Amino acid sequence: MSLLNDTGKYILLMKRVFVKPDRWKMFFRQFPKELEKLGLQSLPIVAIISVFIGFIMTMQTKLNTSNPLLPVYTTGLVTRDTLLLEFSSTILCLILAGKVGSNIASEIGTMRITEQIDALEIMGVNSANYLILPKIIAFVLMMPFLVIFSMALGIGGGYFVGVLTDIMTTGDYLVGIQYAFIPYYVFYSILKSMLFAFLISSVAAFYGYYSYGGALDVGKSSTNAVVNGSILILFFNILITKIMLN
Amino acid sequence: MIEVKNIDKSFDGNQVLKNVSAVFETGQTNMIIGASGSGKTVLMKSIIGLHRIDGGRIEYDGRNLPDMRMSDIRILRREVGMLFQGSALFDSVSVLENVMYPLEMFSDSTKEEMIDRAYFCLKHVDLDEKAFGLAPSEISGGMQKRVAIARAIALQPKYLFCDEPNSGLDPKTSLIIDRLIFEITHEFDITTIINSHDMNSVMEIGENIIFIEQGEKAWQGNKNDIFHVDNEALNNFVFASELYKQVKKANQ
Repeated sequence: MSLLNDTGKYILLMKRVFVKPDRWKMFFRQFPKELEKLGLQSLPIVAIISVFIGFIMTMQTKLNTSNPLLPVYTTGLVTRDTLLLEFSSTILCLILAGKVGSNIASEIGTMRITEQIDALEIMGVNSANYLILPKIIAFVLMMPFLVIFSMALGIGGGYFVGVLTDIMTTGDYLVGIQYAFIPYYVFYSILKSMLFAFLISSVAAFYGYYSYGGALDVGKSSTNAVVNGSILILFFNILITKIMLN
Repeated sequence: MIEVKNIDKSFDGNQVLKNVSAVFETGQTNMIIGASGSGKTVLMKSIIGLHRIDGGRIEYDGRNLPDMRMSDIRILRREVGMLFQGSALFDSVSVLENVMYPLEMFSDSTKEEMIDRAYFCLKHVDLDEKAFGLAPSEISGGMQKRVAIARAIALQPKYLFCDEPNSGLDPKTSLIIDRLIFEITHEFDITTIINSHDMNSVMEIGENIIFIEQGEKAWQGNKNDIFHVDNEALNNFVFASELYKQVKKANQ
């Protein structure tokens, strides 16, 4: 019952979000700030995680596929496809659900409990549209860049295994990452990550917008935003993979 | 003028407002007073439209709020200013930008005109110019209230709502804020509704006072009438402190 109720409230909130802004000027003032806050400020964590995951994934793959019957390009190929298909979209979005989701939920939740949202409503502003729309659009539009950035750094991290260790040569790795490349995987990865970006930002905004009480409740809203956002990502990952890769 | 007629409001079967009718006059400081939990905040939120009432009419100069569509309510709200208990200033922007916000959202003035208007409002509430560029968190509670008043009057509202304007302020600053609200109400001929349980405010600026007791209007009058009332609940509320008991004796 609560799930149905929340789903209904979420749909009604999105109906208020996706309307023409009261003032485009105000929307375009908020929009770059959100691009910077949700997108650019996520670059460091995306970079660190992608490089290290690329590095460790290459090492693990090499160590677990040491059979001489397997071709030398196996490690590069497995690393590339894992990064392209899952890590740089799904896993990255799960990480960003924590960072960006909690940021959005706590920001909007704090505005709710300090009556700033009521102040907007009293002024006659569509607060849902004004606060949430720039966040959703900014995050969805920044996501392809974050995904491509993550893919590049992840594959780059794998390359450094060859440079820094003696378990494989950089030549073998470079052959692997170019072998049987399917460009559609990049498109698939970007598309699903954009859907995940929408889920992360809209679900977090929903929990923040309907916060009530005090600081503890805003904390709960943030937690709910991250947990439920992550569950939705996992669920939609199955759905979209079934649709796009079947 | 705002007129409420026979309004009822319940939450989960618990009736909080019972058949409340009152007139809030233009150019006067109208005060809603009552003990905690009496329903005065619900009454104010119902008048603004933050709560949907179960029955009755809320007329803003003849326009009945419950009959309005959301788009019309939004237009009406551009004629409304509100001072929140916690000021509700936008903490991500400066003091000046807070006051400019409603202008940027709803007026077609040039940037210079908006800045001029924001300066006018901030100076009108006696705020030091040095504070204009600061963030709300960098100024005192009293200054935040002044900024909130400046923001509320930026669009020259016809109706001003103040929810516990003195909460958290020292007596001297409370008095300054009360007088500011009183002056603005008279200067701009605004219908001001103040929700308060601060008896100093009531005695200072209460021109039209509505006393709410257990969700019902128990009394209506002004600050002079209040000394000669038989209503026991009102007397218990107003003259709870020793100081006001003596003031009452002196007046009688």
